[in-house]
Amino acid sequence: MKPFAYHKPDSVSAAVALLAAHANAVPLAGGMTLVPTMKQRLAGPDHIVDLSGIAGLSGVSMDGGTLVIGASTRHADVASSELVLAKLPALARLAGRIGDQQVRHRGTIGGSIANNDPAADYPAAVLALGADIVTDRRSIRADDFFIDMFETALEPGEIVTSVRFPLPDAAAYCKFANPASRYALAGVFVAKTGDAVRVAVTGAASAVFRAGDIETALSESFEPSALERISIDASGLMADIHADSEYRAQLVMVMARRAVAMALSPG
Amino acid sequence: MKISFVLNDRPTTVEVEPSMLLSEVIRETLSMTGTHVGCDTSQCGACVVHVNGKSVKSCTLLAPAVEGADIRTVEGLSGDTGPLHPMQQAFRDNHGLQCGFCTPGMLMAALDLVSHNPDPAESDIREWLEGNICRCTGYQNIVKSVIAGAAAMRQAS
Amino acid sequence: MSEVIGIGSSPKRKEDARFVRGRGNYVADIKRPNMLVGVFHRSEHAHAILKSVDVSAALAVPGVRAVFTGEDMKADNVGGLPVGWGIKGKDGEPMKEPPHPPMAHGKVRYVGDAIAFVVAETEEQAQAASELVVVDYEVLPAVVGLVDALKPGAPAIYDEVENNLCCDWHLGDAPAVEAAFRSAAHVASIELVNNRLIGNPLEPRAAIGEYDFATGQYTLWTTSQFPHVVRLLMGEMVLHIPQHKLRVVAPDVGGGFGVKQFHYAEEAVVTWAAGRLGGAVKWVCQRSEGFVSDAHGRDHVTEAELALDEAGKFLAMRVKTLANMGAYLSTFGPNIPTNLYAPLLSGVYVIPSIYCEVKCVFTNTVPVDAYRGAGRPEATFVVERLVDLAAREMGIDKIEIRKRNMISRESYPYQTPVLVEYDSGDPRGCLDRAEVLADVAGFEARRAEAASRGKYLGLGISTYVEACGLAPSRLAGQLGARGGLYESATVRVHPSGVVTVLIGTHNHGQGHETTFAQIVSDHLGVPFEDVSIVCGDTDRVQFGMGTYGSRSLVVGGAALAKANDKVILKGRKIAAHQLEAALDDIIFEKGEFSVAGTDRKKSFVEIAGSAYVPFDYPLETLEPGLEEQAFYDPVNFTYPGGAHFAEVEIDPETGVVTIMRYTAVDDVGTVINPMIVHGQLHGGIAQGIGQALFEHGVYDQTSGQLLSGSFMDYCMPRADNLPNFLLEQHSTTCTHTPMGVKGCGECGTIGSPAAIISAVVDALKPLGVSHVDMPATPNHIWNIIRSSSARLAAE
Repeated sequence: MKPFAYHKPDSVSAAVALLAAHANAVPLAGGMTLVPTMKQRLAGPDHIVDLSGIAGLSGVSMDGGTLVIGASTRHADVASSELVLAKLPALARLAGRIGDQQVRHRGTIGGSIANNDPAADYPAAVLALGADIVTDRRSIRADDFFIDMFETALEPGEIVTSVRFPLPDAAAYCKFANPASRYALAGVFVAKTGDAVRVAVTGAASAVFRAGDIETALSESFEPSALERISIDASGLMADIHADSEYRAQLVMVMARRAVAMALSPG
Repeated sequence: MKISFVLNDRPTTVEVEPSMLLSEVIRETLSMTGTHVGCDTSQCGACVVHVNGKSVKSCTLLAPAVEGADIRTVEGLSGDTGPLHPMQQAFRDNHGLQCGFCTPGMLMAALDLVSHNPDPAESDIREWLEGNICRCTGYQNIVKSVIAGAAAMRQAS
Repeated sequence: MSEVIGIGSSPKRKEDARFVRGRGNYVADIKRPNMLVGVFHRSEHAHAILKSVDVSAALAVPGVRAVFTGEDMKADNVGGLPVGWGIKGKDGEPMKEPPHPPMAHGKVRYVGDAIAFVVAETEEQAQAASELVVVDYEVLPAVVGLVDALKPGAPAIYDEVENNLCCDWHLGDAPAVEAAFRSAAHVASIELVNNRLIGNPLEPRAAIGEYDFATGQYTLWTTSQFPHVVRLLMGEMVLHIPQHKLRVVAPDVGGGFGVKQFHYAEEAVVTWAAGRLGGAVKWVCQRSEGFVSDAHGRDHVTEAELALDEAGKFLAMRVKTLANMGAYLSTFGPNIPTNLYAPLLSGVYVIPSIYCEVKCVFTNTVPVDAYRGAGRPEATFVVERLVDLAAREMGIDKIEIRKRNMISRESYPYQTPVLVEYDSGDPRGCLDRAEVLADVAGFEARRAEAASRGKYLGLGISTYVEACGLAPSRLAGQLGARGGLYESATVRVHPSGVVTVLIGTHNHGQGHETTFAQIVSDHLGVPFEDVSIVCGDTDRVQFGMGTYGSRSLVVGGAALAKANDKVILKGRKIAAHQLEAALDDIIFEKGEFSVAGTDRKKSFVEIAGSAYVPFDYPLETLEPGLEEQAFYDPVNFTYPGGAHFAEVEIDPETGVVTIMRYTAVDDVGTVINPMIVHGQLHGGIAQGIGQALFEHGVYDQTSGQLLSGSFMDYCMPRADNLPNFLLEQHSTTCTHTPMGVKGCGECGTIGSPAAIISAVVDALKPLGVSHVDMPATPNHIWNIIRSSSARLAAE
């Protein structure tokens, strides 16, 4: 691995200052993507700003009717949080199936969404639930946050500090894992709040996206059967050695139906 | 930079480059070679150790991340001469290893499972070991070993 | 707990005592004084002329000691990597055998071909410098597919090899086969692909070369299955180091599966670099580097036909196979799809005539060589797919058609029409037992239950036979082997009666330290704990051919049994002297030499002691000491076999195949350690399932880039992919090995792919599907379901 200077600030402002002060500086959260990328010499930052020493970035709480998850909260902690299990079990279940147990012990929600891997799980939840991403300088709506593959609305040096999830009436996430890497080949998060249904799809395209046709159908009838006559256009979906785009389109619909069924009978 | 941690109950301070991985610190700096490296994409789990009681892939952790941590490797289960830990004994009794390369990581992952779930079902074990690849055993005897090891640990406690 | 633990017991493995403590000693664990680290700069193109390789910037990196290129090795008269088998084509001409330099010069021929070796004080320095090696490539069109490589106008990988054809080989009686096909009532035909695999033992390869200027002695530590063969090939043919000046050590090795049974370029490069620099140079393969430098396996395209009479009896088989050699011939490359393939095409069946043609083809891919099973899984897949297909087309139950055509137990020894003579076996016994264990009778009820949940359930079957215990040297020589294939073992009895065995096989997971100790304990009556097994070091073990082809117990164990016999004979001579009896009257039993019919006796320990303190000893006729070496050269291959049943459930929505049951009944001959045999079968079945459902080495057809180049993209079977396997042995005794053993290391890998695919096809039978190529991935199965459903709907 290429050598770099290591910084471990104890506050968000110090971290932001370090990122601003140094060229080719990157923040380090759980490191589950950054470290392998650096090992393979695909990334070679000169400065690493480790966010793990910042107090208050980790943890789960309620703020009125909103579930707030600190950016440095690890997947395993979200998965086992009694608060998340009680208030937003679909999110706990999603977190409990990211990567493997060792990844869940290190990876963080802030790192996951800031990286915006097209096959990551969290972006689907954030987008489907209409969460707000809070940074050192502002709050960004999920609909505005995820731009494209590995690209978000974050400015250079901007740090995610927490994610605020409004609570839906019903929600579930269902994914079909890539048999080799165990990332999502297609993951679908459905969330119903009042009459509104939001559906986000990860793994299938170059970035997480909302599936409008599925949302419309489910808004009329929140039942798996409502999706039986719907398909999604494969032409915009990814194709690789694991799944062609037609198959990804099929998986999106199957996962969507299964997610609706799970949302209707959680547990 | 200097980092300090507790390794297998022993306070340890080493001089490292920040770009070193925990697996390198353990294997190269400290010459404890029980922790293995079987891939470069954080998939195989041969490098699994415990940091503060939780299993992690030491090949994907930068050395500075373990400052102040409590680390346990396979060498810390029973040393070189002590009676085998019940999980080690179970792997030996149930032919849960062949070439031995994945074994340290399997043991450490299995022990983390048992700390959460003292009486895991076969499906729990197969799911939990998702991050540990074994090319020799077909996993059947690993699963059997973990069940037996967990049972022995329950009896002992 | 000092006791004799003999043949048929399952003691805990000796080697596990260190492995479970993390105290194994693998090559990557070894540190030598002032050791340097080497990193390879590898080709990023599949086919290109090397116009220049500029190492000056790399050399300037602090800590870099040297950067070597293929031209440097060429200038030093380093030889090419040799091929251990030379086959001949139909026309009697030898195969095309272009040079295989350890590092490329002039041209690179696959992505991963080594171009330069950077040696530095630290790995980081070497990595950084490797990035600064500047290669000026003239990129040429590449070809990676077998069919494409043979097409007129395909890129020529070697100027001197026409049509990229290494060898056009055949076996069998073509006219007899033609005649049989003309008289056939039915002909089943199939085209199939045997998917490219990447073996991926969990320990990546590694090598340390060391040179001592003072003594002129070289040492190579390497992750090898056969250190003596590496010493022979590398020493004599590549680096020209005399055997007595080269020590090769293969310490604990983390799995091999064939992948580590070749002499690799990296071994020669580190040893040569150490000689140039003095001291030690270490290279540890990264996994992603291993994907483009470990030899791959399988990769066949085959057309096959089976002729049957109206009663469903097999008349003849005709097979045409294209086999991928990759860009260079690896150590055993051309032998695998020919000599280890075509002779197995009779399977466990009476097939009066067989003809097989194999074209070995060069492509711009990593060299292809043996991977667990090596040729025999490919043969079994062809035979069993054809049999399934014939059964279906003729309306005969697929189990029934097998029974109708099986070689009966009474017919052994059975001479096949393809060279080999099976000494023993009972395929029908295996099948009948497996049918019961798999609860075939209850299958239709289970299928109906699955259907009620919207799932397709399928029952699959495969029988198989393999040839292992490589190999009878004379026969192998006739088939093109360039070396003997015997094994050697030395039994060193120490003065106290404890034993060290030095054996030429290599232990990398198979439990040899345990199994071989059981054989000694059994034969010599020595406590199991008093036996140690040494392997993997050419300075300690006199000679050996290593471990591959399920040969260790069959050939190495036989050598060990012979050495035990020699020890006993010498002990009897000593005892005869001491007990004042005729040699013929001395019997050895349960660790005691006694005079038949009397109570006069000497213990093994007493005799061992007196061999080293020879006061009461026949010094006039017998040397002191008690150590015997034996070589064993087998008289035939051994032929393990069996019957495997798989039951799979398919989710039509996603195409996911789930294995619900797996049952295997195998004939492995005498079982020394049942626990270890079961472990070998488990692992083999798991790898076969990997081939059938998950694993696929995929190249981009245009660029020649390996798309499945890491565990992120090459799907290794994991714990949650596999079921428990239900196993039994139904063994017949091998008639020609000393203990009746047949070998078991590859059985699972040979039997399981065909069983799984048979089940997948059976599950999809309602859709009219008759064959599914491997791997049966979810996407692949879903595509088949979709297209078949559409076709059915249109009809």
